[in-house]
Amino acid sequence: MRLIHAATGEGFNPPSAKDFELPPFIEGVDWATKPILLAFLSVIFISVFFIAASRKAAVVPSKLQFAGEGVYNFVREGLGREIIGHDFLKFVPYLFTLFTFILVNNFFGIIPFLQFPTMSRVSFPYVLAAITFFIFHYVGIKKQGIVKYLREIMFMPGVPKPVYILLTPIEIATYFLVRPLTLSLRLFANMFAGHLLLLVFFLGGEHLLNGVLGLKLVSPFAFVIGIGLTFFEFMVQVLQAYIFTLLTALYIAGALADEH
Amino acid sequence: MSSLAAGGEVNPLIPHTAEIIAGLIAFSLLYFVLRKKVTPMFEKAFAARTEAIQGGIEKAEKAQREAEAALQMYTKQLADARGEAQTIREEARTQGAAILDEMRAKAQEEASRITASAQAAIEAERQQAITSLRNEVGALATELASKIVGEALDDQVRQSRIVDRFLEDLEKSKK
Repeated sequence: MRLIHAATGEGFNPPSAKDFELPPFIEGVDWATKPILLAFLSVIFISVFFIAASRKAAVVPSKLQFAGEGVYNFVREGLGREIIGHDFLKFVPYLFTLFTFILVNNFFGIIPFLQFPTMSRVSFPYVLAAITFFIFHYVGIKKQGIVKYLREIMFMPGVPKPVYILLTPIEIATYFLVRPLTLSLRLFANMFAGHLLLLVFFLGGEHLLNGVLGLKLVSPFAFVIGIGLTFFEFMVQVLQAYIFTLLTALYIAGALADEH
Repeated sequence: MSSLAAGGEVNPLIPHTAEIIAGLIAFSLLYFVLRKKVTPMFEKAFAARTEAIQGGIEKAEKAQREAEAALQMYTKQLADARGEAQTIREEARTQGAAILDEMRAKAQEEASRITASAQAAIEAERQQAITSLRNEVGALATELASKIVGEALDDQVRQSRIVDRFLEDLEKSKK
């Protein structure tokens, strides 16, 4: 739609939320959309890479194994051992999957030809945040029992009784609403805004190129800024994957701890 | 898709059912692949590495202990051998001394025996010489005397008496 506008030199149609509503590439098959395809592509890509890297499990690693181990060790040590601590090993596969899945799907936002961050479709962050939500509550309930777990959330120990009037609703909201919502929306909003920003500069630059001579001269600046923003996006993509995994680890650690 | 159908405004916060299902499947799939195929292998590699390093250290320690034990054993053996050599030398010395004494005694004995027999032989020869000399001297003297005296001293008894007296005189004059 917007391409037609740009090509025909009609008024510039600024990129909007509509640009994220991609129609299915197979007519009439609702689920055959680009984000879904990308999600599965990331699964294949990550699986192939890490299976190839870990297949030999050599004491002296090859370059590939070294690279794979680097990512795995980053999650295992930096997020698992460091934050969850005791008994962290059984959560490492989940954290590892989470980190690589988000990271690669974020990268899709700037990888040429793919160029669409899967996580800018809010459904995916919702799913991931929901899984994290269930896991950390399940872990907490399993560790402390449902009564003790809920009591510690609702009535934080060591607080004067009247404060509970204020604190209890806040704590309940934090644990059951704010945490999953912020977790998913932070990731979604970052990817959504980043992609929108890139669209503005690249489509804007393209539109300027089709304008009068003066606008043509301004156009390269739009592309240069767009390229600069691409590098910035790369940083944001890594950071968001890290933050999502970090917060998941923190929530699990919190649920495992005896005192909140 | 509902948002598209609604036309104009779309709400990006409304999730799509197809995407939720796809996201769940994709994520679960990835989780099981990584859980089954990747993380155990990495853990295995880490464990093997730790073991290799620890095993190396233990092996080195074991080798050192063995070397120390061997050194102690050799030192002990060396000391034993030295002690043994010392006793053997001592024994040999005493034995040698004993043998030497024995030999010396034997030689002494032999020497004295030889000396004794030689002296006996000399004595016998001397006696024999004396006897024969005495006879010869007697005869000579008798002959000489008879010649001088002109008197035949045929009588055997008288003759020997005269000779004896003569010899006695001779010995006396010698002294």
